[in-house]
Amino acid sequence: MIAPSEAEAAFNAAIAERILVKDGPYGTAVQALGLVEADYRGQLSVNLDQKGNNDVLNITRPEAIAGIARAYLDAGADILATNSFNANAISQADYGLEHLVGDINRAAARILRAEADAATARDGRRRFVVGALGPTNKTLSLSPKVEDPGYREVDFDGVKAVYREQIDALLEGGVDFILIETVFDTLNAKAAAFAAMEAEEARQRRVPVMLSMTLTDLAGRNLSGQTVEAFWTSIAHVKPLTVGLNCSFGATELRPHVQTLAARVDSPILVYPNAGLPNDMGAYDELPETTGGFIRDWAEQGLINAVGGCCGTTPAHIAAMARAVADLPPRAVPVLTPALRLSGLEAAVFA
Amino acid sequence: MTDTFANAASRFINIGERTNVTGSARFKKLIMAGDFTTALDVARDQVENGAQVLDINMDEGLLESEAAMVTFLKLIAAEPDIARIPLMVDSSKWAIIEAGLKCVAGKCIVNSISMKEGEAQFLAQSRLVRRYGAAVVVMAFDEQGQADTAARKLEICARAYDLLLADGFNPADIIFDPNIFAVATGIEEHDRYALDFIEACKAIKARCPHARISGGLSNLSFAFRGNEAVRRAMHSVFLYHAIPAGLDMAIVNAGQLDVYDQLDPDLREAAEDVVLARRPDATERLITLAGRFTNSGVVAEKATEAWREFPVGKRLEHALVNGIDAHVVADTEEARLLTDRPISVIEGPLMDGMNVVGDLFATGKMFLPQVVKSARVMKKAVAHLVPFIEALKEEGAAPKARIVMATVKGDVHDIGKNIVGVVLQCNNFEVIDLGVMVPWATILQTAKDQKADMIGLSGLITPSLDEMVTVATEMQRAGFTMPLLIGGATTSKVHTALRIAPAYSGATIHVLDASRAVGVASTLVSETLCETYVEEIANDYADIRLKRSGVQSPLTPLAEARANGLKVDFATEPPVRPAHTGRWVEADFPLETLVPFIDWTPFFRAWELHGNYPAILEDPVVGAAARTLWHDAQAMLERLVQEKWLTAKGVAAIWPVRREGDDILVFADESRAHLLARLPMLRQQVVKREGRANDCLADIVSPEADWMGGFAVTTGHGIEQRLQEFQAQHDDFSDILLKALADRLAEAFAEAMHHRIRTQYWGYEPQAAPDYAALIREQYQGIRPAPGYPACPDHSLKPLLFDLLQAPEATGITLTESFAMWPTAAVSGFYFAHPQSHYFGVARVGEDQLTDYAGRRGVDLDQARLWLRPNLD
Repeated sequence: MIAPSEAEAAFNAAIAERILVKDGPYGTAVQALGLVEADYRGQLSVNLDQKGNNDVLNITRPEAIAGIARAYLDAGADILATNSFNANAISQADYGLEHLVGDINRAAARILRAEADAATARDGRRRFVVGALGPTNKTLSLSPKVEDPGYREVDFDGVKAVYREQIDALLEGGVDFILIETVFDTLNAKAAAFAAMEAEEARQRRVPVMLSMTLTDLAGRNLSGQTVEAFWTSIAHVKPLTVGLNCSFGATELRPHVQTLAARVDSPILVYPNAGLPNDMGAYDELPETTGGFIRDWAEQGLINAVGGCCGTTPAHIAAMARAVADLPPRAVPVLTPALRLSGLEAAVFA
Repeated sequence: MTDTFANAASRFINIGERTNVTGSARFKKLIMAGDFTTALDVARDQVENGAQVLDINMDEGLLESEAAMVTFLKLIAAEPDIARIPLMVDSSKWAIIEAGLKCVAGKCIVNSISMKEGEAQFLAQSRLVRRYGAAVVVMAFDEQGQADTAARKLEICARAYDLLLADGFNPADIIFDPNIFAVATGIEEHDRYALDFIEACKAIKARCPHARISGGLSNLSFAFRGNEAVRRAMHSVFLYHAIPAGLDMAIVNAGQLDVYDQLDPDLREAAEDVVLARRPDATERLITLAGRFTNSGVVAEKATEAWREFPVGKRLEHALVNGIDAHVVADTEEARLLTDRPISVIEGPLMDGMNVVGDLFATGKMFLPQVVKSARVMKKAVAHLVPFIEALKEEGAAPKARIVMATVKGDVHDIGKNIVGVVLQCNNFEVIDLGVMVPWATILQTAKDQKADMIGLSGLITPSLDEMVTVATEMQRAGFTMPLLIGGATTSKVHTALRIAPAYSGATIHVLDASRAVGVASTLVSETLCETYVEEIANDYADIRLKRSGVQSPLTPLAEARANGLKVDFATEPPVRPAHTGRWVEADFPLETLVPFIDWTPFFRAWELHGNYPAILEDPVVGAAARTLWHDAQAMLERLVQEKWLTAKGVAAIWPVRREGDDILVFADESRAHLLARLPMLRQQVVKREGRANDCLADIVSPEADWMGGFAVTTGHGIEQRLQEFQAQHDDFSDILLKALADRLAEAFAEAMHHRIRTQYWGYEPQAAPDYAALIREQYQGIRPAPGYPACPDHSLKPLLFDLLQAPEATGITLTESFAMWPTAAVSGFYFAHPQSHYFGVARVGEDQLTDYAGRRGVDLDQARLWLRPNLD
C-alpha cells in the first residue's frame, strides 16, 4: 500500500483556495552575483571549467542559493523549486561531475527545505519544496543526425535511469514533489514520470509530480512537434498535481496556449513565463509591474491556479505577480466528460 | 436503422491496417527487404486516406520483429505528416509492445493484452501500459481460451473490466476486442460467430461504461480468400450491423470498404444472411453467388508514379501541389487540346489546383518554399497558354483584385515583397509589381491608371518607414480611398498604427508576413467581410495609439543617462593596440572560402521557415519543407560558386581614434592631430534596471589613444544578369533563392573579413582555422555594429563610413538617398575590439538627445528628426 503524502493534501487544499505563487529562476539570480570560476569550483578537484554550472553551487556556495531562495520567499513565493535544472548525469557530464549528481540534488533539496520550513515557522503559511527536473540536453524523439532520422543519442531506459538517480536524491533531501519542467520532448518527460512512479513504488510512499511544457514556436508546439493539447493527452496518465507551461516566451505570447490548456485540462494549471521576449542582446527588459499586469489579466480571466517566473524574472517580478493575484480566485478546475483521448503530434478525442 | 447507422458511423474510428506485416503483403515485403523509407510511404498513404489511428505490426517469424518495430516507430517520429495521428502498437509479444512504447511520445493504443496467462500477468502488463501512458486493447481471452459465444465474450470482458477498474485503470482507456471469427466456413458451430459478436457488443457496452470495442475485420471473411468482392460485401454488411450495436473501431483498409447501399442487392442479401445467421443454407447460397463476382474489384497496390495515370486535370493539380514542373507543359498542352478556349485551362484545372495549394498553405499544411515552387509550375503552364489565348483575343478571367506593389523610394530590398507577390498571384490576385526604389508619384499614378484595388508597400531599412508615411500622406492629398497594405522587416503594427494610419483616411493595414497577405487581401475585397474588418483594424490601431500615449514609460534625461554609461576602466583593461593600421581592399574574394561562414538560420527565416539550422531540417512541422529547400539551395550554391555567378568585393580599415563625449573622433595617423571624421553615437535613454548601464558605443572607446575599424563588403556584383534569366523563364523560385543566397554570402563575407581583422590586421586573436559554429554564435571578442541597426541606428552615418573607407571606389557599392546599399547583397559597419564591447539596442531617445545630436552632427533639428524618427516617440 502506497503511503499518502501529507504535503499533497495540504497543497491541494491551498491551491483550491487561492492562486499559489512559485519562485523565479536561479540562473538569472546567480548571474547577478557575478561569480567567477573559483566560486563555482569551490574545493572540488575536477579538470573541467565549472563556470556556468549553476547546479554545482548547491554544494560549493550553498549560502548563495539560500540567499536567492530567501529573496523569493520574501517576495511571496509559496512554492520553491530546487536549483537542479541540470543536475542530472547527462548534463553534468559536460562538467565532469556525473559522480556528484546525488550530492548536488540532496544539497539542493536540503537548502530549500530549510528555507521553506523557516518561512513557514515565521508566519504559519505552508511553503512547498519541489524538486526540479530539466529536460537534459538529449532528446528521445529526434535524431541529431540529419542523414539518419532513425538514430537516437539516448534510449528510454537510459534516460529513465538518469532521472531516477536525480529523483531519489531529491526525495532524500526532503522535497515534497517532483517538477518535470521545460519539457521540449514529451518522451523525455514520460521517461521522467515513469522514473517517479518507480521511485514511488520502491519507497512505498506517494511521489506527486508536476509537469510543465515549453513551446518552441508561437504556433504552440514543443520541439518534438506536439501541440499543447497533445502534450496534455500524452502525460495525463501521470495525474499531475499541476500541469502547465514555462519558459518559451513572455506572458503575452503564452496567453493563447494557456487558454487552450485552461479549457481542456482537469488538473490545476501552473504557468511561469519569461520576463517578456529577450531584446536584441538576449537580455530581458520587461519590468516587474508589466509582467504583473499580464498575470493579473490571466487571473481575472480564470486561467490559472498557480503562477511563477522563468528566464529574466527576479524577486521583484515574483512580488509583482503575488500582488497581482492576491485578491483573485483560482481557476475552477473543470470536470471532463469521459472520452478516449489519444495523441500523435496532435490530439485526437473520441467522445 | 439507416439514421442510427449514419449517426454511429460518423463516430467510427478507422484504424489503418496496411502497416501490418500480417495484413499487407506489400508492407511485409518492404520490411523484410529493409526498405523502411518506402514502408513509410505506406504509412503516409494510410493517413492521407483518412486513417485516424495507425496500426503497426511486425509479427513475422522470419523478421527481427522487435528491431523492426523500434526502427519504424523512430522513423515515423521524424515524419510529421504521419506522426500527426495516434499509433496502435500491435504485437502478440509483450516484449515487442514494450520496446515500441519506449519510442512513442504520444498517447498510443497497445494491442493487445489478455488474461490468457492469468490475472497476475494481465494486471502487471496493464500497470506498465499505464506507466507508459497508453490506452489498451483487451482481447476476450482467458485461461480457458478465446471467447466464442456472446455469453463468454461478455463474461471475460466484464471480469477484465472489474479487475482493471479496481486497479485504478481509466475505463475510457479500455478497448475490448471480443474476437471476430470466420463465418461461412462450412462448420455449423461457426455460423453464429458474427451474430454472437454483434450481440456481445451491446451487452459489453451496457455492462462496462466508457469502454470501447474494436475488432480485426479481415478474419470474418477468411473463407472467401481470393474473392475480394464477396469479402468486401461481407465486411460492409457486418459493419452496418455491428457499428450501431457498439463497435467503435476496426482495423480495416479504409480505401476498400463498399457502401452498404451500393452493394449488389443479391450479394448484399446473401452476405447479410451469413452474417446474421438468418437461414441454415446461407453459406451455400453465398458460395454459389460468389462465382459471379470472382476477381472483380480487386485493387492493385499503388504503383510509383501512379499520378501520371490520372486524368489530365488531376495531373495538373498533382504537379501544382507537389511543385513538379517536369511534365507541366505537356500536360497543359493536352488539356488545351481538349477545349476550344485555352483560357478555360487556366480557369478550370489550373485555378482548381492553385486553390488546393492556397487552402493547404492557409491551414499550415504547405510551407512557403513549396508554394513558391507551385507558383513556378503555374507560371510555366500559363506562359505556354498565353500565345494561344492572345491568338483568340480572349479576355482573361477576372482576377479577384488588382494590387500595385512597390519597395519604396530609397530602398532596394525586395525578397519579402516578391514572396508576397507570388503568394497573392497563386490566389488569383493580379499583381502589378513596380520593383524597388519607387517614388510615391509613380505608385499613385500606376494605381490610378490601372484602377488598382489596393496598394502594397514594402521596405527593409528604417528610413523606408518615413517614406511610407510620405506615400500615405500623398495618397490622402490625392483623394485616394483604396486600402494601403504595409509590410517588410522593419515595419510593425505599432509603427503602422502610430505613424502611417493617421496620415491616410483609407484602410491602412500592417501585414505581418506572406502567409497573412492572402487572408488580408481577400477580406478587403469581400463584400460581406470588408467593412467589419476595416473597422476592427481601425479600432485596434486607435487602441494602440491610446495605449502608447498613456503608458510610454518616461525616458532618463540625457545627462543622467550619460552618468549611467558603461564605465570602462582603461587602466586595467587597456585599448587593444592593433598590429597594423591602414586600409585593405579585396577586389575578387574567392567565393568558395565564404561558404563555410554562412549562417543558415536567417536563410530559412527569409522563407518564413522558423527554427535554427541544422535542427530545422528535422523539425517535425517544417522539416520536410526545410530539407527540400536546403537541397535546392545547395545545388544552386554549388553552381554559383563553380560558375562564378557573383564577384565578392570588399574593403576594411583600422584607424587611430579617441573618444570625446559621445562622439568618436577618427584620425589620419597615430599623432591624432589630423581629424578625418567625427562619428556621433547615440545613447540608450530607456530606464535601466539597477546595475545595467545606459549603453553608447562611445563608452568602449578610450578618451586617449584607441582604435576602431570599418568595413563594407558585397557579393551582389553579377546577380542582375542571372535574375533576368530566371525572370525570362518565369522562375520566381530561383529568383528569390539566388537573392537569398547572395544575402547570406554577403553576411558570410562580413564574418570572414572580421575573422581576418581579428587574427591578422588587428591581430588580437591567435591565428587559427576558424571555428565556424562558434563564429555564427558570435563567440569572439569584438563587435561589428552596422549604421542603421540597433547599436547605432542612424543610417546617415553610412556616408561618413563610406568616405573613410573610400568604399564606392573599392567595392562598387553605392548608397541611395535613404542610405540603402546597392547592390543589396552588401554589409557595412564598424569594428570595435575592446573586451567589454557588446551589442545592444539604442531604442527610444528623447528630445534632449535629439537636440544634442543635431548639434554634434552639424545639421538642423528637422534633418536630425528625420534621421532619428524611428527612435523618437
